[in-house]
Amino acid sequence: MPQFWMEDFAPQMVWLVISFIALYLLMARVALPRVANVLETRHGRIADDLDQAAQLKAQAETVISEYEAALAEARAQAQATIAQAGAEAAAASEKRSAEVSEVLAAEAAAAAERVTAAKNDALTELRGVATELAQAAAERLIDSSVDTADVQAAVDTAIQQNASGS
Amino acid sequence: MSAERHIDHSSPMHQFVIGRLNDWQLGGLDVSFSKAAAFMFGAVIVATLFLVLTTSKRSMVPGRWQSVAELWYEFIADMIKETIGSEGRKYFPFVFSLFSFIVMCNLLGMLPYSYTVTSHIAVTIGLALSVFVLTTFIGITKHGMHFLSFFVPKGVPFVMLLLVVPIEVLSYFMRPISHSVRLFANMTAGHTMLKVFGAFVVQMGVFGVLPFALIVALTGLEVAIAVLQAYVFTILTCLYLNDAIHLEH
Repeated sequence: MPQFWMEDFAPQMVWLVISFIALYLLMARVALPRVANVLETRHGRIADDLDQAAQLKAQAETVISEYEAALAEARAQAQATIAQAGAEAAAASEKRSAEVSEVLAAEAAAAAERVTAAKNDALTELRGVATELAQAAAERLIDSSVDTADVQAAVDTAIQQNASGS
Repeated sequence: MSAERHIDHSSPMHQFVIGRLNDWQLGGLDVSFSKAAAFMFGAVIVATLFLVLTTSKRSMVPGRWQSVAELWYEFIADMIKETIGSEGRKYFPFVFSLFSFIVMCNLLGMLPYSYTVTSHIAVTIGLALSVFVLTTFIGITKHGMHFLSFFVPKGVPFVMLLLVVPIEVLSYFMRPISHSVRLFANMTAGHTMLKVFGAFVVQMGVFGVLPFALIVALTGLEVAIAVLQAYVFTILTCLYLNDAIHLEH
């Protein structure tokens, strides 16, 4: 077997030492730092990306909580606005009904006044008619003229007596 | 002092001739360049170019080739982390070079008409001895005389120690032998077998398809063995380094 030819040992070992040292230096100085650099860059990048993702997540959570706070505030404001509008509407309707009832009361008062006036007119007219009638009746009975003022006074007295008597 | 020995071209062993290309001498030392030396440098160049070219783009999302380079790197890094722990980081370039050298020599040897550097005991014992010297050196510089306690298992009765300690010492010094012979024997056996079946293909004529089919299957097996034996050599190196650093069985 050529493997046991002793004279071949020395040259193989010499070139083994030389080539292995060359390989060691090339690996340690050139190849391995390159691969390590690639791997480290990637690991660094992945760690960075994870950090950034965590940061973005925190940011998103802040935004969500802010949004929820704004939403709650808006809801409260809306509620307040609705309550205010309700109160205003109630106040307005109350005012309107007060106005209406005032107008109605005024109209009722005016109507009552008109009724009173009509009654007074009627009474006055009645007095005039009663006086005329009484004067005419008295002149017919006694056949002489009767003073209008006296008749009137007598009628007034009778009306008053009638009013208080009845 | 060129090799005068001759081996027949048709022999399955002919593929293991180192193939001297010149007859260089340096102060009495034979430093002849050979096919073996050329394939060693081939392994160095292929490993370096592969790692450098595949990482040239430095992609954030690796392509296929860059993934291979990264897997290769992390395979050894994880192996060291699991067997030695954080103290093993210092030896990462050495272990990585060792694995790369062996796996590249083994795989280049699978190419037709090529030569398998690791099929020679001279090469594998060279690698195993460098691991042995390194681990022993680390053990002694790290622990001093306390390193000798490595040969004295804990909880063994004194009388038994008279038997156990010599066995421990012997097994420690046998390490480079078993370490190197495992790789050399696997490579030699695999390539010899392929060559023998290759000869059958020619000799059996039409029926040569049977050994041919076998060769196809065996070639697949040999590729797996090429990677597996590189892994075994490397993980044993890691275990020996761990023993030297942590002094535990």
